Amino acid sequence: MAFSLGQYVKENLLAVQEYSFLSWRAFANLFSQPRYLGDMLQQMDVIGVGSLPIVVLTGFFTGAVLALQSANSLARFGALSFTGQLVSMSMVRELGPVLTSLMVAGRNASGMASELGSMRVTEQIDAMRALGTDPSRKLVTPRLTATMFMLFFLTILSDLVGLAGGAAIALILLRLDLNEYWTSAWQTLRYADVFMGLTKPVLFGFIIATIGCYYGLSAKGGTQGVGRATTQAVVAASVLILAVDLFVTRLLMVMLGPL
Amino acid sequence: MSTASQSGTEKAIVFENVSLRFDEQVVLDGLSFELDHGATKVLLGVAGAGKTTILKLTLGLVRPDNGRIFVLGQEVTAMRETELFELRRRLGIVFQESALFDSQTVEENVAFRLLEERVPEHEIERRVLEALRFVELEQTLNLLPAELSGGMRRRVAIARAIISNPEILLYDSPTAGLDPVTSTTIMELLMKQRDVYHTSALLVTHRLQDAFMMATHVFSREQNKMVPVPPGTDWDSKMNFMVLKDGKIFFEGSAAEIANSDDQYIREYLTL
Ligand SMILES: Nc1ncnc2c1ncn2[C@@H]1O[C@H](COP(=O)(O)OP(=O)(O)OP(=O)(O)O)[C@@H](O)[C@H]1O
Ligand SMILES: [Mg+2]
Repeated sequence: MAFSLGQYVKENLLAVQEYSFLSWRAFANLFSQPRYLGDMLQQMDVIGVGSLPIVVLTGFFTGAVLALQSANSLARFGALSFTGQLVSMSMVRELGPVLTSLMVAGRNASGMASELGSMRVTEQIDAMRALGTDPSRKLVTPRLTATMFMLFFLTILSDLVGLAGGAAIALILLRLDLNEYWTSAWQTLRYADVFMGLTKPVLFGFIIATIGCYYGLSAKGGTQGVGRATTQAVVAASVLILAVDLFVTRLLMVMLGPL
Repeated sequence: MSTASQSGTEKAIVFENVSLRFDEQVVLDGLSFELDHGATKVLLGVAGAGKTTILKLTLGLVRPDNGRIFVLGQEVTAMRETELFELRRRLGIVFQESALFDSQTVEENVAFRLLEERVPEHEIERRVLEALRFVELEQTLNLLPAELSGGMRRRVAIARAIISNPEILLYDSPTAGLDPVTSTTIMELLMKQRDVYHTSALLVTHRLQDAFMMATHVFSREQNKMVPVPPGTDWDSKMNFMVLKDGKIFFEGSAAEIANSDDQYIREYLTL
């Protein structure tokens, strides 16, 4: 029992070490040749363009339901006109980055884990190494840069669409003045809010790509192992995103001062 | 140290007292052997004897628990993964299951290393065609690996391995599960590589007839096919055999020596 517990701890520590090492290599690769621009553009297409529909839809509905919920509470204080502010603060600081990242994690962390996992169990990763090409360079780094870059813009899009969703509810159900909604939504945003809202997707993009690639590259045990790696990648990426979100929010609040 | 590094530079491959275990299972137990430049060594042994493992160790894809490995004068066991890529480009390997990139076409697979080296496009095209013609598959250029037969995949893998003119070739069971016609074609390719380009090689095989064919024939450039070795030629330094058993070398010698061995195990192995 004690032995198996020790074994368990050791294996997990080893996994964390390997994960950190892979992440570091993927990052360090950026600063030396060769770089795989073609592969990066292809990944940008897969991650960015491919995620557009899902990001637009989640953004819109989240913004809409936010407007609905906050109006409900605000009405009790006779402060319905603050709806725009609440929607914009919540979308930009929190829900835009987090929901977009969770969606992209579901789509792409799993995609990366299953693609690299299949390559791993069919010895294609070994073949690549044997051919003198570093998989962390050719496979991981392009996915890392593409995810960080695209998630940044997807989050901006999600924020905007979320505000539009809120506006739709404000106009149709709450019968608020649309001009007032937009003005209060814009004006309430401070530099600190935007900074926080756009730092997060870059960090979350890092998590999604490194976790997806790590689980893929360490897959073993045939097709079943690939399936397991895929599921684990999505779970780990999602939990990590939410946990890191808490810490980053707190850290940035301290750094940027009270708002 | 000095003897080791000397032999390390003069030989294509040197294994020095190499041991490896996976969990509780001992795969290699203090294995030592050398491969001369231009020579071919045939690795024999029952399934699970560690033949594939030896090839992977040579490339540094797997690390031994003990011992040292020298390839082309460089100590693989002392190099970091990032340093190994350079050395690996001077070697070629044909994996047991081919391990072609399954979402890339035959052309992209064969061109992989040239694309990595940013060779000009027209030259890539020419060399890919040349390599595919070498394995007689130039009509499959735009097919995906899944659309090929097992024997065709094996030959594409050979083309991918030889395209950059490696100094050492590692073949893992290149003729396993193939019909006699296709495997003779493949063995002829291997001989051409050995006799025309003088590439050093490790050849893993279960088909003894193939290994003996390689030991008794030479590729003739004039006739563009293999012909029997002229009697009286000393061929033993170029082709030798190694039988693995229980993680150790059970037998090492020439084709004639293995064929005439009266050891019980070897006799059994040969007649199976
Ligand atoms: N990644 C691995 N993890 C655990 N055990 C392994 C691994 N790779 C190989 N082995 C074990 O090492 C032993 C040698 O394997 P290897 O693939 O070298 O055999 P082989 O001689 O090539 O066999 P075959 O002729 O069937 O191809 C086998 O018993 C195998 O179970
Ligand atoms: Mg094998």
